[in-house]
Amino acid sequence: MHDKTLAELSAALHGKTISSVELTQHYLDRIKKYDNDINAFITVTEEHALKQAADADKAIASGKAGPLTGIPIAEKDIFCTQGIKTSCGSKMLDNFIAPYNATVSENFNQNGLVLLGKTNMDEFAMGSSNETSYYGPVKNPWDLARIPGGSSGGSAAAVAARLAPATTGTDTGGSIRQPAALTGITGLKPTYGRVSRYGMIAFASSLDQGGPMTQTAEDAAMLLQYMAGHDPKDSTSIDKEVPDYSATLNDNIQGLKIGLPEEYFQGGLDADVEKTVQAAIKTFESLGATMVSIKLPHTDLATSAYYVIAPAECSSNLARYDGIRFGHRCENPKDLEDLYKRSRSEGFGEEVKRRILIGTYALSSGYYDAYYIKAQRVRRLIRDDFKAAFQNVDVILTPVTPTPAFKLGEKTTDPISMYLSDIFTIATNLAGLPGISIPAGFSSSQLPIGVQLIGDLFAESKILNVAHQYQKVTDWHRQSPTQFNGGE
Amino acid sequence: MPIDAKDIKKVAHLARLAISENDIAPLTKDLDNILKLVEKMNQTDTKNIEPLAHPFDATQPLREDTISEENKRELMQSTAPQVKAGLYIVPQFIETE
Repeated sequence: MHDKTLAELSAALHGKTISSVELTQHYLDRIKKYDNDINAFITVTEEHALKQAADADKAIASGKAGPLTGIPIAEKDIFCTQGIKTSCGSKMLDNFIAPYNATVSENFNQNGLVLLGKTNMDEFAMGSSNETSYYGPVKNPWDLARIPGGSSGGSAAAVAARLAPATTGTDTGGSIRQPAALTGITGLKPTYGRVSRYGMIAFASSLDQGGPMTQTAEDAAMLLQYMAGHDPKDSTSIDKEVPDYSATLNDNIQGLKIGLPEEYFQGGLDADVEKTVQAAIKTFESLGATMVSIKLPHTDLATSAYYVIAPAECSSNLARYDGIRFGHRCENPKDLEDLYKRSRSEGFGEEVKRRILIGTYALSSGYYDAYYIKAQRVRRLIRDDFKAAFQNVDVILTPVTPTPAFKLGEKTTDPISMYLSDIFTIATNLAGLPGISIPAGFSSSQLPIGVQLIGDLFAESKILNVAHQYQKVTDWHRQSPTQFNGGE
Repeated sequence: MPIDAKDIKKVAHLARLAISENDIAPLTKDLDNILKLVEKMNQTDTKNIEPLAHPFDATQPLREDTISEENKRELMQSTAPQVKAGLYIVPQFIETE
């Protein structure tokens, strides 16, 4: 049952071969049995889930159900869920019970989805390995000695180990796509502004975007349908019609022009990754697509610009954690400054502090032009590279990560090497474009490898269509780690 | 622009972070390395390039200035560390004499 996709589970629920309560209990049992090994969940909302499931069963029985009514999912612990602990992976919010719902969570509730729990993540979504979480690292279900990627590592691992049929993630520099690739699942980062950020705890507001993490592109289309759309509560959400993402999945991709950016294939690429990406290219060619060599000349500046813009916005956003209105407060502050400083120093972990300091430095008097304005100028160059490329191609194909999942602890002492694990995903965020990571094979040591498809602005339907066509002729996305597959 | 211990202390104060003396040296090294990565940007001339704040130059929408939220003070303060009579309590910061 747990290997089934959202589409299959929806059919089973509506065909009444299983009830939502049975399905929810099945996943809760799996979480109990396996999550001690994986640590994908920060909070499991058992009672709440079973109540939602019972309500969903009533809705299904009375014929008032939508396609995903009764489907259990898990949410990254960055989305505010009313009455439920929302920690953002931080000691700062360890005691925070969200007083309202994120728009994404509210949409799920309105449509009868069932919340299994909140998934583990890098603290405030800052990290690429899920090792900065206050709640301990998440383990990669394919090899428990390795990282699952980050920052949406818990969401990725939960889907990979089939502890939830689908989860949500957020992506500021690759935080959906990179863990999706490293755990062998499908992860979509929509166009900036497509999914409301209301109630999604802010890291870097001009880059953050929520999206679905699922087994298949077909499931990503189904879940995105409930996430996308204009929200008056988020002034950066875009007021643009939401297409039916499932309707175009089966469009023919004969004659599709796929751009291969030269800069993404130069040196430094792991041999297994290179081989996997080349094999995916062959598959797309066999489906009738044409490969076009393109140039994105400012690619190697993306990481540099990102590590000014993201920390700058982070330092501003995280100023709200002052120990006064919510979150951690230190014991016995001697004055207001002591309260601020100790509450923040005790509440934030090392990586978050590092980024706050870099961001504060970049925004401070005398440095603002040299760093922040310079980075925004470079951001335009990067955006314009993509704009020019999409004059000639329909989608762009790249690797997602330079290597398969690395070992726990391997990069924790060297922030720069950790930052460079996102080199293929960061530019997409700077340009605001949608990108999807799909499973495309395995390394020689049986670790999943992904391929990224980048679309033009608001072209989620197109990249989902292309990904779905690939998944119709491959079965990488149907494989799951055998260790968590026994006996049911 | 290399960063030194003095800069770290200044920036930590601006960010209201207490940094222990032992952490200053490793932090200086980390931040210096991050700035080296960042300064690769300087290889490119951006003199006539406009800064980009939004990926597709969208502007803030305007709406009617009407009340859209009801008062939820008690709910919002339910997560506060210390509250009294609807007020957030902090250490005294105005001298009495």
